[in-house]
Amino acid sequence: MQTALLLPETERNERARITPQARRRREDRPALGLPLTIRNLRKSFGDNEVLRGIDLHIPAGQFVAIVGKSGCGKSTLLRLIAGLDKIDAGAISFGEAARPEDIRVMFQEPRLLPWARVLSNVEVGLGRDRASQDAHPRAEHALTEVGLADKRDQWPSVLSGGQKQRVALARALVSQPRVLAFDEPLGALDALTRISMQRLLERVWRDQGFTAILVTHDVAEAVALADRVLVIEEGRIAHDATVNAPRPRERGSVELAGLEGSILRHLLSADDRT
Amino acid sequence: MSLIDSIPLRRSFGLPRADGLIQWIVPLVIIVIWQIASVIGLVPTRVLPAPSDVALAGWKLLLSGELVRNIWVSFWRASIGFLIGGSIGFAFGLANGLSQLSAKLTDTTLQMVRNVPHLALIPLVILWFGIDESAKLFLVALGVFFPIYLNTLHGIRTVDPQLIEMGRIYGMSDGELFRRVIFPGALPSIFVGIRFALGIMWLTLIVAETIAASSGLGYMAMQAREFMLIDVVVLSILIYALLGKLADTASHLLERLTLAWHPAFQKR
Ligand SMILES: Nc1ncnc2c1ncn2[C@@H]1O[C@H](COP(=O)(O)OP(=O)(O)OP(=O)(O)O)[C@@H](O)[C@H]1O
Ligand SMILES: [Mg+2]
Repeated sequence: MQTALLLPETERNERARITPQARRRREDRPALGLPLTIRNLRKSFGDNEVLRGIDLHIPAGQFVAIVGKSGCGKSTLLRLIAGLDKIDAGAISFGEAARPEDIRVMFQEPRLLPWARVLSNVEVGLGRDRASQDAHPRAEHALTEVGLADKRDQWPSVLSGGQKQRVALARALVSQPRVLAFDEPLGALDALTRISMQRLLERVWRDQGFTAILVTHDVAEAVALADRVLVIEEGRIAHDATVNAPRPRERGSVELAGLEGSILRHLLSADDRT
Repeated sequence: MSLIDSIPLRRSFGLPRADGLIQWIVPLVIIVIWQIASVIGLVPTRVLPAPSDVALAGWKLLLSGELVRNIWVSFWRASIGFLIGGSIGFAFGLANGLSQLSAKLTDTTLQMVRNVPHLALIPLVILWFGIDESAKLFLVALGVFFPIYLNTLHGIRTVDPQLIEMGRIYGMSDGELFRRVIFPGALPSIFVGIRFALGIMWLTLIVAETIAASSGLGYMAMQAREFMLIDVVVLSILIYALLGKLADTASHLLERLTLAWHPAFQKR
């Protein structure tokens, strides 16, 4: 009886903690995440038909995770969404006309400029606004958001792997993107850093409200973070699972573990068939 | 000055200040031993004059103004030749590193010219220019051109393509991409080229001045040889060594200033 009452209570507190911040963000930036619609998307490299007709709608602000075995075309899909490669057939559309600054990608490697201080690296993310007056304060704000304000004048080479990745996140966030795509951004991190980065990702996503697309190898990570998990197989979306667990989510809970198991079984059975 | 030096892992810069003195201990000890050997007659002064004699000869030449004039002439030739050859090499390196068309057009030709030792051109250069200033400048510029060209080209071609893609994603224009990503990325390699080029610069100048000149350090040494002034010959050689060291130090300093981001240059 006691516990049953307590649980919703802590959750309400948690929401109360997050919401005012989220509301503030929403005020200074009316437009939030962009919806994303993909129709019959195809992509081949020579004879290798990687994507064979992807159909997908992602509502604005949703957190989607994409899993699938290595080489199934996850990165390819992400690069197409980010406009880094040419589409062979089909279409990708964002709800309204998106500016280049609205769509950002984060890779497994931080890709920081070694010859620029941390703050200038973050300023790179401003795109065309790099030269504007408020470039400094905006970059500083993004750095504060990832908890690295005190590293602003360091060279990237002295940062740890996790810190570099946080700088890369700040750089992706500084233009206040409306779609943020992640290609295994935590793949190279140790287990503990990974978990704290996952929390950070979830927090900035909730604060800023962008549409998030996360490619990952780690099904547990997908289930812990996403509203929805997509499995790609043979160039198509083979499985589309909704994660209803309320946030903040309890890692290793029975509900999440069950979902993780069913997605893993799906991936493995596909592996057995081939 | 070797390729090993360009491996960025364990370069011994950023040394504590005391080491600045340590490096001079060995030359000093050599001079002292040399002086003693000369004084006790171990080395005949006709073969190698004592350091004190060399210093005396230097002092006399300094008073007559001859030394300063010759050093200045050599220094001027070296720098102008370096500037001309270096900037042309840098320009070709940039062009061929950035443009496929330019590389296809000129790289093969340049690689062929590179295989001719530039000092082999001395007879031809004397026929063309006589023993004029332009002969020396031409030879120095030609010698300096290749290390700078090759290392600039190599530096630009080996800039991390992931960084270039990152720059494009974040909307950098071509100019911005060059300024923020490509040039800084190529700079360590360009410096390797500069240090090679400095060595070649002195070598070329000495040879050219020895063979075809009417002023400069090399000419001074040749004149001294004719009058059997061995102390002046040794003095010229020592000055070359000092100037070479000076050029190298200057390039190190520049390197440390511009490559402060590089882990090898960070003070720990
Ligand atoms: N630029 C390219 N040229 C040729 N083939 C490519 C190219 N990029 C990807 N491919 C091929 O497309 C297929 C899918 O690659 P992709 O990188 O999208 O896989 P992935 O799902 O991200 O794999 P991983 O989980 O290992 O990162 C692979 O077979 C790969 O060889
Ligand atoms: Mg991939």
